[in-house]
Amino acid sequence: MSIENKSFRPKIVAFCCNWCSYAGADLAGSSRLSYPADVKIIRVPCSCRVNPMFILRAFEKGADGVIMCGCHPGDCHYSTGNYYARRRMTLLFSMLDYIGVENGRTRVEWVSAAEGVKFSDTMNSFVEKIHSLGENVRLGDLRCRN
Amino acid sequence: MQELINRAKELLDNGTVARVLGWKAGDLPYDPEPAYFETAESLKDFVYNGFCGANLSKYMIEASKLEGKTLVCLKPCDTYSFNQLIKEHRVDREKAYIIGVGCKGKLDIEKIRNQGVKGIESIEGAEITDEADMLKIQTIYGERSVAYADAMLERCHVCKGKEHKIFDEQIGESKETKDGERFDEVSRIEKLSPEEKFAFFQKELSKCIRCNACRNVCPACSCRKCVFDSNKFDSSQKANVDSFEEKMFHIIRAFHVAGRCTDCGECSRVCPQGIPLHLFNRKFIKDIDELYGEYQAGDDTDSKAPLTNYTFDDAEPSIVGKRG
Amino acid sequence: MYKIAKENLSALFRLIADSQELYLPVRTAGQVNFAAWSEEAEVALDTLKSVKSPKDAFFPQSEGLYTVRKEGRKMKVEPGSLKEQDFVVFGMKACDVKGLEVLDNVFLADPVDTFYAARREHGTVVALACHEPEESCFCKVFGVDAANPAADVAAWIIGEDLYWKAITEKGEALTGKVKELLDDADETVVEAEKEAIHKVVEKLPYMNLSLEGWNGGALSEKFDDKLWEELYKPCLACGTCTFVCPTCQCYDIKDYDTGNGVSRYRCWDSCMYSDFTMMAHGNNRTSQMQRFRQRFMHKLVYYPANNDGMYSCVGCGRCVEKCPASLNIVKVIKAFQKQGGEN
Repeated sequence: MSIENKSFRPKIVAFCCNWCSYAGADLAGSSRLSYPADVKIIRVPCSCRVNPMFILRAFEKGADGVIMCGCHPGDCHYSTGNYYARRRMTLLFSMLDYIGVENGRTRVEWVSAAEGVKFSDTMNSFVEKIHSLGENVRLGDLRCRN
Repeated sequence: MQELINRAKELLDNGTVARVLGWKAGDLPYDPEPAYFETAESLKDFVYNGFCGANLSKYMIEASKLEGKTLVCLKPCDTYSFNQLIKEHRVDREKAYIIGVGCKGKLDIEKIRNQGVKGIESIEGAEITDEADMLKIQTIYGERSVAYADAMLERCHVCKGKEHKIFDEQIGESKETKDGERFDEVSRIEKLSPEEKFAFFQKELSKCIRCNACRNVCPACSCRKCVFDSNKFDSSQKANVDSFEEKMFHIIRAFHVAGRCTDCGECSRVCPQGIPLHLFNRKFIKDIDELYGEYQAGDDTDSKAPLTNYTFDDAEPSIVGKRG
Repeated sequence: MYKIAKENLSALFRLIADSQELYLPVRTAGQVNFAAWSEEAEVALDTLKSVKSPKDAFFPQSEGLYTVRKEGRKMKVEPGSLKEQDFVVFGMKACDVKGLEVLDNVFLADPVDTFYAARREHGTVVALACHEPEESCFCKVFGVDAANPAADVAAWIIGEDLYWKAITEKGEALTGKVKELLDDADETVVEAEKEAIHKVVEKLPYMNLSLEGWNGGALSEKFDDKLWEELYKPCLACGTCTFVCPTCQCYDIKDYDTGNGVSRYRCWDSCMYSDFTMMAHGNNRTSQMQRFRQRFMHKLVYYPANNDGMYSCVGCGRCVEKCPASLNIVKVIKAFQKQGGEN
């Protein structure tokens, strides 16, 4: 499937930190800012909670793109969580790129609770990107497709 | 080798150590197995030659739970693993008497077989010396000779050096066998297009039979219970049901040892399907070196591992797409 | 007896593959394993042993049993399909064929494993004699003749020709289909080859291994032996030996959550794994020593006890070549022998 196929609705998983991006999503909502319904948010207590396995499992079960949102570096509710998450995700994304998964399918954005606009913009641009990449065929489990 | 046996006997006799962890000769010329020796008499089967590639650091996790000290023979590259295990409190330094054994490169029987050598009866030159550069192999189908360079384990081509990082005493001479660059293959793959990369790894990983040898031999994989052995985890653990399973397993396996992997090369040595598993580990090592500064796991016993550390101005994950 | 020039083998493969699936040793990324034939496949008939045994063709490492799908408020159950198409496995060796006999005793005995039975019914085996057996082979110990594979069709590669001899009805049927490519041949060349193979077999170090003391009646004597405590120590608890073995038959049944239902499948299990035969109450083999012992006791004691003395090892030597810690069944047998000698 590719971009020409207008019926393609990407499945996007967004891991959002409870203390910032999740509230950012709330703000986007209450400010009537729109972002595609293709984004499914999973709330996590901190971006540092996101185990690399979560990302792979999301792809396994059929996600076409995975985005992780956390507090801006320096603003972590638990002081340093997002610094660790930053290193982990950098290495993981680099590995996915290395085995041939298009690197646009994964993204990390720092979105604070006050940045409703940024949240909505980020999600819009990420969905657009996944649209252009099309369906994820390299990192999914075939059994989940039927 | 005799010097090693004599010294081991001495230490067993005077009670310094309760057992010796080394290699026992098999009946084929290339199959010594890791073994414990508890008496001076049993040491008659002790062997140390080019086929003793096994990294005994892993066995020290169990040996640390035994009564008394264990004499363990570690090659220079094995000592990195031992250091790393000390750092993670998985082995007890007090329970180990480390003899740093000399190493002039280790041999890979698979590489020898791949050159069409079959029906091996005896191998001359398995005890690698500086004088010779060939193995003389007697087979039932005639005599063959194979150059050391063509029979050496992959890891020996990128040898980390002849220095033992930790030891109580040293026996035997070492030689650096490095004749290649550690990250060459990784860099080559990085330059491929996503399609080519994917095809390459798909082909290699499709051979995986999920035997878990790579995990079980790895000194860094020292969890009491591996996440892949959990019965609450619905990924298939031991089945190659879908190609996704192997990718997931190998990415996570490498990720779990990222920053802790000493690049000892055991995973690639033991893979029954010859998958170059070190390419996963080395990719992480290369990234860590480039992004967070050069780091060699097992170089010491107290530095902070890269993934349990951070700086305020670390690279953002978006750097992945921007680097060449 | 027929023959075909080696250079015409690809035509033979194409002809077979026209009407049915064809599995044969193929080299992929440097390793030879049995795989489906295609024009691009690099066929490696000269390789003595594929890494994985060809038991995969009859008892795949994993196979779906059924799937359950949610459809609205209903569940739809779809049973996995049995093999319905004929297929040919080309290039198995005498030991691998004997391995099928071992599996037959397990899967075709009551209750019959329908998945396995369907594959056996539709599969035709063309086996190759071992032109150059290796030092890790010990098939003779288990009564396997490396020069005379007991398959549907036996074949020998001698010089530039492949000699072909149908043995069973299935073999005759396959021969009939490919007859246009075969020429008549006379047996004397093959007899000479057999003799040459037998001579090599006599020279191999493991071929005269003694199995004295290993039989179905030796249960408690072997089970309680202290030697196991020593032998298991180098074992890394990986499953290499069991997954390359042509006779290991244990499997596990698992469910996979597909997000919209469940896919139930079975996959090879390994007695070396900590979750082997795990039940609700836990595991009945709690230490690696017990798991290690299980493998060899099964091959040399339990199986013979249930199958008129037939061992469930065929001496292919794959475990000898592949064990990461250089442990294997030969070392176990010899260690017991040695202990017996000393007592």
